Amino acid sequence: MYNEKVIDHFSNPRNVGELENADAIGEHGSFKCGDTMKIYLKIKNDRIEDVRFQTYGCGAAIASSSMLTEMVKGKTIDEAMQITNQDVADELGGLPPLKLHCSNLAADALHNAIENYRKGKENVKQD
Amino acid sequence: MNKRLIYMDHSATTPVREEVVEAMLPYLREYYGNPSSIHFAGRTVRRAVDEARAKTAELLGAEPEEIYFTAGGTESNNIILRGTARKHGKPGHIITSSIEHHAVLDVCKDLEADGYSVTYLPVDNYGRVQVDDLRQAITPETFIISIMMANNEIGTLQPVNEIAELAQQRNILFHTDAVQVGGHLPLDLRSLKADFISLSAHKFNGPKGIGLLFRRKGTQLAPLYRGGGQERKLRPGTENVPGIIGLAKALELAVAEMEAQRKQLENLRSKLINGLLAIEGALLNGHPVERLPGNVNVSFQHIEGEAVLLSLDLEGIAASSGSACSSGSLEPSHVLSAIGLDHATAHGSIRFSLGLGNSEADIDYLLARLPRIVEKLRLMSPTYYA
Repeated sequence: MYNEKVIDHFSNPRNVGELENADAIGEHGSFKCGDTMKIYLKIKNDRIEDVRFQTYGCGAAIASSSMLTEMVKGKTIDEAMQITNQDVADELGGLPPLKLHCSNLAADALHNAIENYRKGKENVKQD
Repeated sequence: MNKRLIYMDHSATTPVREEVVEAMLPYLREYYGNPSSIHFAGRTVRRAVDEARAKTAELLGAEPEEIYFTAGGTESNNIILRGTARKHGKPGHIITSSIEHHAVLDVCKDLEADGYSVTYLPVDNYGRVQVDDLRQAITPETFIISIMMANNEIGTLQPVNEIAELAQQRNILFHTDAVQVGGHLPLDLRSLKADFISLSAHKFNGPKGIGLLFRRKGTQLAPLYRGGGQERKLRPGTENVPGIIGLAKALELAVAEMEAQRKQLENLRSKLINGLLAIEGALLNGHPVERLPGNVNVSFQHIEGEAVLLSLDLEGIAASSGSACSSGSLEPSHVLSAIGLDHATAHGSIRFSLGLGNSEADIDYLLARLPRIVEKLRLMSPTYYA
């Protein structure tokens, strides 16, 4: 049911773990099936320099998390905001239809992290 | 290097035994006649089907005319539940449990939509129906009780003898879906006072697409299908002859080897359960001993079952999970929810169902790999250290 690329990202996930001194942390959970992804970003000059993730979920959830981390490294945060869950699934060469709805949540977690980062910066400015 | 392949999903289906294949082959080749034909080709096959029916009946403690061959467990359950409902008419009340297979549950839901009423009995934390709950659920309109003999996911055995006696006292029909029990644990219809049972051959090393229903003499069923006179009009359609021959042979072998096989599986089961529970955060689902000889079901906290299944598959080990992610639905298993597991624990469940051919070496192989898999997934999980 999963293609080779998905299996590869599942078995050898890239960028797993936490990031010390992360500039942004984001999280997204699927209330439908319980899958949850947490993402950590290191951002310099509005560019994503490093990224790590932790995911609770099925094979598709883990593979799409890993895929996304490869896609965002080096991108500006504006570019990263443009990435959709569908882009991640496409980059993986497709996911089973049912998984598109419940386990494809990496872009949502990323967007959450970037939103948190922007809010944080605004707060700093206001201070 | 050839990767070792270990099959531990015998509750899903079992490999067909070589002796069964051999017994079936002549009925795919030279004995192709239709048992309803009066000529030589038909007569030979008719004789074989009659013999298979007689043998099957004897192995189950039934009469040959109480055995009806069907396409499997699902069809047997449908014919029995819909057939008794139709015979009884409305209003009518059915009592079943909340942990039945979908082949019973969804038929009951259908009958509910048709105007029958249904009680879905709760179960305790081990997955057992309480006979007192059942007694209290009986109404004057109750015409059938359908409680499975053993659960397919967690393996828990139900008090079917007590239930059958209660049903008999109250003059209510009793059906038990014995699909997981047939060929694995003693099933004698002289002592078990069930009116109907369902069995499926591929669960005891027989072929797929063939099963049976037992209908005790004197009970009535309205047929669902119309057609020829096969299976005394209860299941018309030309007989699945190779399947029938295969079912009888598989049951014969399973019954002959049952005691030895059961001991072997129970030993493997204990070894596997002990090994799994040594992993941190592992919980056994179902009853510690009142369970199918080959069934082991555990939940691993902080990880999701499909990810474990996938990792096991990459190591050449076949198992299954009650996780929604592996079932094609979004909800975790209704059985695991019914025994009180929260969503996360149900999602983290894995079922190993052992059978003919599994060895201690298989268990060792699995236990040498699983802790690493669990650890790797947990290190990825945001809830593990939370």
